[in-house]
Amino acid sequence: MESHCPRQELGERLSKLSDLAAESGLERVGKRPKLSRYLRDVWIRRAFALTLSQYRLLATSARSRLGVAWLIIVPALQITLYGLIFGLVLGDSRPGNFLPYLVVGVVLFQFLAGSFSDGARSISSNSALAKSLSFPRVLLPMSAMVSQWMKFSGLMLLALIALPILGEMPRWSWLMIVPVIGLASLFALGIGMMAARLTVHFNDLSSLIPFITRIAFYASGVFFSMDRLTDAISWLGFLVWANPVSVYLSLARDVMITGHPVDAWMWWVGAGWGVFTLVFGFFFFWSAEERYGRAG
Amino acid sequence: MVEQASTAKPVVIVDNAKVTYRVYASGKAVQEGESNSRVKRTGNLRTVEAIKGVSLIAHEGDVIGVIGTNGSGKTSLMKAISGLTPLDGGKIFATSRPSFLGVGAAMLKELSGEKNIILGGLAMGFSRAEIKEKLDQIIEFSGLKDFIELPMRTYSSGMTERLKFSIAASREHDILIIDEALAVGDSKFRKRSEARMKELAKNAGCVFLVSHSLKSILDTCNRAIWLDEGVLRAEGTAYEVCKAYADEVGADLDD
Repeated sequence: MESHCPRQELGERLSKLSDLAAESGLERVGKRPKLSRYLRDVWIRRAFALTLSQYRLLATSARSRLGVAWLIIVPALQITLYGLIFGLVLGDSRPGNFLPYLVVGVVLFQFLAGSFSDGARSISSNSALAKSLSFPRVLLPMSAMVSQWMKFSGLMLLALIALPILGEMPRWSWLMIVPVIGLASLFALGIGMMAARLTVHFNDLSSLIPFITRIAFYASGVFFSMDRLTDAISWLGFLVWANPVSVYLSLARDVMITGHPVDAWMWWVGAGWGVFTLVFGFFFFWSAEERYGRAG
Repeated sequence: MVEQASTAKPVVIVDNAKVTYRVYASGKAVQEGESNSRVKRTGNLRTVEAIKGVSLIAHEGDVIGVIGTNGSGKTSLMKAISGLTPLDGGKIFATSRPSFLGVGAAMLKELSGEKNIILGGLAMGFSRAEIKEKLDQIIEFSGLKDFIELPMRTYSSGMTERLKFSIAASREHDILIIDEALAVGDSKFRKRSEARMKELAKNAGCVFLVSHSLKSILDTCNRAIWLDEGVLRAEGTAYEVCKAYADEVGADLDD
């Protein structure tokens, strides 16, 4: 018997419940709202996403003495370390203008990798919030994106100090970093949303994330020139445009440092990757909206 | 129930709802062959039937007490009604999305009570200006004025529940589900929140109150349901159901 109701007549009376619900104009609970309503709900609660990321950053930095300064210290140490190691190891095969090349590479890569890993964690690390309050879940990866922007402002400050020291004088083309970050953010938010859903389905993925980030680090020319890779293994040539991380890195170097110009069509590739990843990521995340309550 | 149906409008309809948890766990059963009917084993996969097909109707203005022993499926049913736990069968309908307020649904522990109020309010859909306006009122209601600047990890569980209830109660909810959240508050706060709950229920809504305290159910609720092993064992007026439950488990109605 399907129904476990204690009293038979009660079960019969209740068998028409769905009809009664429709009659009284009730809606199924947990049903994913229509896209337009979902987006409106997101818009109404935009302050929530902003405040959540702000408070999270505050909370993590409140525990250590140097606080937010760590957001700059760690990448500064990384750049120094990579500069020493790769500078020595790569020898003459270093890309030209090596240190500025490395600074821009590390700063932008940190931003993209952070968006990926924070996006992946965004549902599980806020599961308490997600379990007790109902709001459009996409606000969580969005709020992770906002945190990344806040962290990125620190990274950018580091780059703006380091580049003149390394011989790259400020110039007008530096302003073009804003559209580069804009396009990179579309991509970053897209992968953040995808990672968020995937980690809900397969929690094991969270163990793989550092590994995936490492692969991206080596395959995107953070510390070496993609030309060298594609010269050595010619069939890898497609990576120059098919790897969005490397696309955004090249664009950033084009506007920030000398000696590494890119063709104008790379801007279109960057825009294409950004829009595609964002739209796909959003629908991928949204289509599983009903499942996120169980996460964590 | 039918009598009521003719007078009041239904706000929540639960139609043969089922919730099943799938949990991976290794280890052997204590004794081969002796198995709980609700936990099924397939290799390392345990399937727990938390809710085995429950149906009920809640009407406008109802305050419904939910009773049952630990693990009888009370919280699972409430989370399903609020849409936080997906169903494995059946359907649940409501006029608007119910708000769930439960134990363990902590907010951000590292942040002060005040910041949690702001964050919770924003998540419920208040604007920044609205929550600023309500802030003092919420702090006042919680009675935690002296501790409001401390991080919530320093709060006792009772204080945490009080703050959470105060946040949730600051908004009019069409349907509010309270899961044992008031069990830890002191008697003064309990009085205040019971009054607020009645007020919320009166304003067109419907409240579900999960509690082990039969007294607080009798004081607050007009109806009650009794869950037993994932099945609806009884439903009716709060007194009928509490009486039946008390007789079965040997509890006291003043408890």
